[in-house]
Amino acid sequence: MRVGVTVFPGSNCERDALFAIERAGALPVELWHADGDLRSVDAVVVPGGFSYGDYLRPGAIARFSKVMTTLEDFAKDGGPILGICNGFQVLTEACLLPGALLRNVGMRFLCCSVTLRVETIKTPWTSLFEPSDRLVLPVAHNEGNYFADPWTLDELEAEGRVVLRYLDNPNGSSNDIAGICNAERNVVGIMPHPERFSDLTLGSVEGLKVFESVLSFVGTRV
Amino acid sequence: MKIRVLVRPKSGILDPQGEAVRRALPALGFGGVKTVHIGRLVEMEVESADEIESMCHRLLANPTIEEYEWEVLS
Repeated sequence: MRVGVTVFPGSNCERDALFAIERAGALPVELWHADGDLRSVDAVVVPGGFSYGDYLRPGAIARFSKVMTTLEDFAKDGGPILGICNGFQVLTEACLLPGALLRNVGMRFLCCSVTLRVETIKTPWTSLFEPSDRLVLPVAHNEGNYFADPWTLDELEAEGRVVLRYLDNPNGSSNDIAGICNAERNVVGIMPHPERFSDLTLGSVEGLKVFESVLSFVGTRV
Repeated sequence: MKIRVLVRPKSGILDPQGEAVRRALPALGFGGVKTVHIGRLVEMEVESADEIESMCHRLLANPTIEEYEWEVLS
């Protein structure tokens, strides 16, 4: 199984993501932003960082890169995509996920571990969890305050599309949302960094299950 | 021609930057400031204004959270 990781100028979590994918048992594949070829991957991670220096708005420039055009087709075909942190911001800018990520309420860059509840296991990236599982993962962001209009929030809640929720909201996010999925459930965006908790030397392996989930999901689908 | 685009958070959208500045002004002795909103100014030289609206909608502003207006300067 091959899992791709997009690399933009300014991405800085792609190596961690590649590492976590390998630890989970898949072949990690780098996908350079200027290439339109997804290199036959089965799933794609859009990693964290500061793509294009966060110029204009986080993710605003990255969404127009060549790899994102190809990724939009991949998403339409049901391919599993996970946006982590800046990757989540890129996916909202690309309209693959609804809403937007605003500045944290406290105006501070947050770098800490947070406790989360898994709200749905009906996504490729959470399929191995149990509903309501507690999960501790690191966050590191300046714009993690999820915003959507009230109708979109109602729709997300009614359709069970909130994927992760903060138990102690660190950034002012609407409905304590830490992650969501699209209506087809194959595209997921989360602010926390599961790839940073993928080895005991990093403090925890709790994040590894996110990547093991997509392997299991793709494995059972084929 | 020269174009000036103003982008600002939609009303009702939390503007933590503006709020931080509003709270900082009294500390410098400036009284009576009720609200502060912070946006973005984009100045461009273009051959034609035909596509400014599309540029604003697709890139310069995020219509989910921001509103924009633009004018021809010269």
